[in-house]
Amino acid sequence: MIVPLEHILILAGLLFFIGLGGLLAWRANLIMMLVCIEVMLNAVMLVFVGGSARWGNPDGQLFAIFIMALTSAEVSLALAMVVYLHRRRKTVDTDAFSGMKG
Amino acid sequence: MEQAIFYILAATAVIATILAITEKHPVHAILYLVTSLFSMAVIFYLLMAPLVAAFEVILYAGAIMVLFLFVIMMLDLGHPEKGLSPGWREWLPALLLSGASIASLAVIVVSRSAAVAAHPAGLSIREVALRLFREHGLAVELISLQLLFALVGALYLGRSKS
Repeated sequence: MIVPLEHILILAGLLFFIGLGGLLAWRANLIMMLVCIEVMLNAVMLVFVGGSARWGNPDGQLFAIFIMALTSAEVSLALAMVVYLHRRRKTVDTDAFSGMKG
Repeated sequence: MEQAIFYILAATAVIATILAITEKHPVHAILYLVTSLFSMAVIFYLLMAPLVAAFEVILYAGAIMVLFLFVIMMLDLGHPEKGLSPGWREWLPALLLSGASIASLAVIVVSRSAAVAAHPAGLSIREVALRLFREHGLAVELISLQLLFALVGALYLGRSKS
């Protein structure tokens, strides 16, 4: 453990809330919303790895790896959906997809 | 020495992330985010997690970000002048809310003492892999199933109407 766990938590919290602010600010653009979600998940991974290094337990690293696998599945599905929506409306503006007509 | 490298990398990650989410051009934003992910990977390496660091570079920076780039180029979204980027009306509530959250986090963390903990024994990749396949075998199987479902779903969503 090279730095206190609190500093790692501060870094992870900063990254998480930067991603949250970006998610709120970019709420008109689907692609940038997904990018901001990536930032937030990366901050969560940092918390897991920091805890793993603090207590010498490999479970934190394993959960970071699980998060990475889940994120790759989520991103591939979300981007396929973005491509599908773009094919229907020719835009990635979230306001264009407010109707529920099938 | 390692402490100094950690703080430099932390500053790099935070600044690159801020630049990524304030950049109007999506491709530039992705490239800034790749910079941030590289510095995060070195931070993971410093925190005794070389496996996670390698996966971060290979999967996050190498696969997921390239997937974003492909979609941006395929849909021809690299035109920030089309007006999907946020103005100050969008940034103001986002800054207020995330600023309040960061301030409360800082208050909580600063009120506690920050001491470097005792150095636990390093985690070898062999130990991590043994724990993964001996105790979390079901999770590995579930994640492989989930990746298969994501593949089928992406194929279903991406098929052409014919």
